[in-house]
Amino acid sequence: MAIQQLTIFVENKKGKLVEITKMLAENGINMRALSIADTRDFGILRLIVDDIQKALVVLAENGVMVKITDVVAAELPHKPGSLNATLTVLADAGVNVEYLYAFLSSKGQGAYVVLRVADNAAAEKVLNEAGYRTLSMDDELEF
Amino acid sequence: MPINYYQKDIETMPREQIRALQEEKLKKQVKHVYEHVPYYRDLMDKKGVKPEDIKTLDDIQKLPFISKYDLRETYPYGMLAVPLKDCVRIQSTSGTTGKRVIAYYTQHDVDLWEECCARAIAAVGGTPEDVVQVAYGYGLFTGGPGLNGGSHKLGSLTLPMSSGNTDRQIQFIQDLKATILCCTPSYAAYIGEAMKEKGIKPEDNTLKAGIFGAEPWTEEMRRDIEKSLGIKAYDIYGLTETSGPGVSFECEEQHGMHINEDHFYAEIIDPETGEVLPEGSEGELVFTSLDKEAFPLLRYRTRDLCVLTSEPCSCGRTFIRMKKPKGRSDDMLIIRGVNVFPSQIETVLLNEGYAPNYRIEVDRVNNTDTLDVYVELTPERFADTVSEIDKMERELAGAITNILGIHPVIHLVAPKSIQRSEGKAVRVIDRRKLHD
Repeated sequence: MAIQQLTIFVENKKGKLVEITKMLAENGINMRALSIADTRDFGILRLIVDDIQKALVVLAENGVMVKITDVVAAELPHKPGSLNATLTVLADAGVNVEYLYAFLSSKGQGAYVVLRVADNAAAEKVLNEAGYRTLSMDDELEF
Repeated sequence: MPINYYQKDIETMPREQIRALQEEKLKKQVKHVYEHVPYYRDLMDKKGVKPEDIKTLDDIQKLPFISKYDLRETYPYGMLAVPLKDCVRIQSTSGTTGKRVIAYYTQHDVDLWEECCARAIAAVGGTPEDVVQVAYGYGLFTGGPGLNGGSHKLGSLTLPMSSGNTDRQIQFIQDLKATILCCTPSYAAYIGEAMKEKGIKPEDNTLKAGIFGAEPWTEEMRRDIEKSLGIKAYDIYGLTETSGPGVSFECEEQHGMHINEDHFYAEIIDPETGEVLPEGSEGELVFTSLDKEAFPLLRYRTRDLCVLTSEPCSCGRTFIRMKKPKGRSDDMLIIRGVNVFPSQIETVLLNEGYAPNYRIEVDRVNNTDTLDVYVELTPERFADTVSEIDKMERELAGAITNILGIHPVIHLVAPKSIQRSEGKAVRVIDRRKLHD
């Protein structure tokens, strides 16, 4: 039930990130969420976009190293303490989070947290049992 | 399938006969050089050696060595041993490591060189039925003209492509059904990569063999090229100073390169003392041209570190074999007091599953040498977490440390970000020289 994220390798050099955002802009791809992990030599750009297949083709054709990663996205209330509560549920169940980032719903009152874990199905089960709704690619991602 | 030769009688001559032939040619050659090259005559006189002192092959040890230094001293025509009007060709080195070396050829010398290359093409199965695509550079560089001439002598259809324009190379391979590709190993790897991108499978091209030389390459690189082009990849060796490619060549055994001993006499010496070492020892390779007329170098020190063996080869050729040189001694880097050949790093990279696209940078920071290796990350290995990529860098650094004994810093970079080479690849940047 996980959702798909674009994972993009970006060299840590002047102008490299803008090359990628330009490709996406020129092809009308809308970004819903993003995060960048950076190191000395490179960054890993992670994106949730409206048209992942189109974005994948555009980037790959332009020689960008890109792949699709399945991640868990959970809906949570947009109020103090809710991320803490979600992470407590996962920690108590022994789920280790590799990385996470969050974005707000553009329509409702909710927020989404995107989680990268070793076992998506297991993490989703833990979250669902604690009453969280997790998103699938069939969900309208409110672009 | 029967073994394919260009000149079977010579290539399979019993070893005693080869030595007798070499001895006879050596005596004549020393006399020729002594009489016509004043520079070498002076070297011999200083050592107190006369041509008549050379009675047996072993007497060659009495002769002085020639090195790149002497060729610079005598630039351009100081080694000429015939009247210039008898020469028909000039070839030259790139001159990247100093002054250019100019080599001159009579028609006899060109024929001899091309015959050596014809033997090399025949040794990989080449016949008049074959289409030989020569993608070495043409011009002063010996790669293109040498293999071009060899292919003509053999009677194969020759495609004088020269290097570069990779799309056209691939189009010609496809349209003209090339069967043998000749170029530098780094360019062969590049052509293989470009074919893959075009969706041409290794089994869908007509190539069956490749003859790749002019730069050091590893066994791992050989396997990589064989896989990507769907061929058998063979090594060829030569220097402008001895004529060009074809001084030695691999047969179908792919187990050392047979030296064309009817034309070249090989010795292995201790690079420090100049003493001749017994067969099987590693040392510097030294060549004597036994019958070249215009530019006949005696005891030329190649700076290549190598091992010779005269053990019989299943191909039937009796010519002594030389192992793939570890690299020219001037390719060797001394990093923190440790001798490092770039080929050692290439071996580790390919064994660890990386592509042969890399750059080695050596520098000196706070009086300590640094070694940085830039390697392209492959899409198959691209992970989405920093910890995974860090782990890959650590593992690769560990594997290199195991081999070299010094610790490199690994930088994984994007595919295609390291410049591809159409000729000799420049893979090492030593910035320490800038500080000296």
